[in-house]
Amino acid sequence: MIKFNGIHKSYQTGNSSLHVLKGIDLEVTSGEMVAVMGSSGSGKSTLLNIIGLLDVHDGGDYYLDGKLVKDLNETKAAQLRNKHLGFVFQSFNLISFKNAVENVALPLYYQGITRRKRNKIAMEYLEKVGLLPWSDHLPNELSGGQKQRLAIARALIGNPKVILADEPTGALDSVTSQEVMELFTQINKSGITIIIVTHENDIAHQTQRIIRLHDGKIEKDHKNGHFVPHTEFAKTI
Amino acid sequence: MFDRDRWYEIWSSLAKNKVRTFFTAFGVFWGIFMLMIMLGSGNGLENGITYGMGDLATNSVFMWTRPTTEPYKGFPRNRRYYFRNDDIQALKDNIPEIGLVAPRLEGGGRQSGNNVIYKQNAGAFNIYGDYPEWNKIDPAEMVQGRFLNANDINQAKKVAVIGRRVREVLFEKEEDPIGKYIRIRGVYFQVIGVFKPKNMNFNFGGDKEQSIHIPFTTLQKVYNYGNIVAWFALTSQPDVEVSVVEQKAARLLKERHNVSPDDHRAVGSVNLEKEFKQMTGLFMGINGLIWIVGIGTLMAGVIGISNIMLVIVKERTKEIGIMRALGASPLKVITQIVTESVVLTSIAGYAGLVFGVLIMELIDKNLPEPGNQETMFMHPVIDFQVAVVALTIVVFSGVLAGLVPARKAVSIKPIDALRYE
Repeated sequence: MIKFNGIHKSYQTGNSSLHVLKGIDLEVTSGEMVAVMGSSGSGKSTLLNIIGLLDVHDGGDYYLDGKLVKDLNETKAAQLRNKHLGFVFQSFNLISFKNAVENVALPLYYQGITRRKRNKIAMEYLEKVGLLPWSDHLPNELSGGQKQRLAIARALIGNPKVILADEPTGALDSVTSQEVMELFTQINKSGITIIIVTHENDIAHQTQRIIRLHDGKIEKDHKNGHFVPHTEFAKTI
Repeated sequence: MFDRDRWYEIWSSLAKNKVRTFFTAFGVFWGIFMLMIMLGSGNGLENGITYGMGDLATNSVFMWTRPTTEPYKGFPRNRRYYFRNDDIQALKDNIPEIGLVAPRLEGGGRQSGNNVIYKQNAGAFNIYGDYPEWNKIDPAEMVQGRFLNANDINQAKKVAVIGRRVREVLFEKEEDPIGKYIRIRGVYFQVIGVFKPKNMNFNFGGDKEQSIHIPFTTLQKVYNYGNIVAWFALTSQPDVEVSVVEQKAARLLKERHNVSPDDHRAVGSVNLEKEFKQMTGLFMGINGLIWIVGIGTLMAGVIGISNIMLVIVKERTKEIGIMRALGASPLKVITQIVTESVVLTSIAGYAGLVFGVLIMELIDKNLPEPGNQETMFMHPVIDFQVAVVALTIVVFSGVLAGLVPARKAVSIKPIDALRYE
């Protein structure tokens, strides 16, 4: 589903260049549920953004669903994001003046689906995440967990192949975090690939595979069940 | 285009800061409003002045004598001379470009006190000796009776055509003046017509309402003017410029009266065509200025809209980032912002247009009918085409105003937009 061949990425800040990704080789097959871990600045968010076509890589090859991603213009990238990818963010990124149904239905709006039809589909997805009674509420009338479930419903509605979650539980307490993770596991069982960026061990633990980044390189890539405490993490404690 | 979400989004982004939206829109409103007021006033000025001109023959020139300024053929300078009757025929014979020749004599103005009497009523009026051609150069509307004709001239009839004011002063309301005899400077004349002047803005040394036309030949004979002509009104043939007639006539008249051909001051003249051209130029200048100032004001408003759209886009950076992450294409974002800007400018511009037109209509309604006064201002209304052009400019500038912020919105990478706080 996703294949990285020596992906490089650096940011220009003033006249100095910050090399964030230093040659990433990675393959995520269809239906996998992967956690990307690493200390801050290790490049895990950048990796996710490149997968999500929100950012462009400088070197190496990136294949999405078998197709080489190269010289993509914004219009094409927007289409690919709309069709293949779903996003879940730490800060939810819901649109504050739209109610729950409208927020969930938004990706369908960009597919040109009529209002009546997309609201109907949105209601189905709201039901899936258990938010049907809150369909006409605005985001700021919902709790953190509800907001994130809403965001997940929005990520799912376009029928994506991959869901990319950047610290989805970062703003949630442990109980709601667990709810969200259960939802992700459920979604994964329906065959959707999920990539979660997190720094929480117990979150990463609930996935099938953990990729550890350190200083722009993959430090460890192992199947779950053979959990090895992160050395850096241990040090800070 | 007619998706509810789209309009909802436009509304919600504009309604978020109502005061700011209002003042932004006010810039465009004021621009269009001022443009309409100025265009209307310009039209009013032009209408007023052209109405005052009526159907005065614009291809005419008026010529009179002045003391010479050059010695010539033994005559000293500063000599006074007069045009004579035989000049009339000479002009007609020698200058084929001439259309009409209307010589005129002035038989005493109203400054000299009451000079016309009928029964116990008396008044002071301007007396002119005229040819029938005069009525083609400065046409008057005949309220009653007729104007002078060739017979009156040939037989030097003692008949008079009087202005409306003259009739009012001399005759009782119900009395029919036609056929009555009035005494002008001691001589009786029969009234054959009453006229109402049409060209109020162009007078020949007196109020036309208070003047009396009698046959040119009669005036010469009755009041002992010999064969003197006070001045000529000449028109040119339809396809000839008046200045050609003006030059040729001046040359001929100088020659006939032993005036040096280099004496440019001996024959005085006013060329109406030249005056009209100047006036048309003036109107064009005023109009051009109005458009420049109006468009400038409008542009200031439009730039205001563009600025506020930039602020709105900046405030909504994150929101736009979310939309783009969810699959909104740059074109979609651009059209959204441009539509917002067009809606804002169009509503403001249309309001300004309607308000401006309304004000001008109101002024028009309350303006007194010009009647027989001199008018400088009349019917200050705006052409429908001009309004349409102005509205098109507004919509177009709305697109321009939206384009700059829209391009800025999509120039940021979606990930940077998402990170924006």
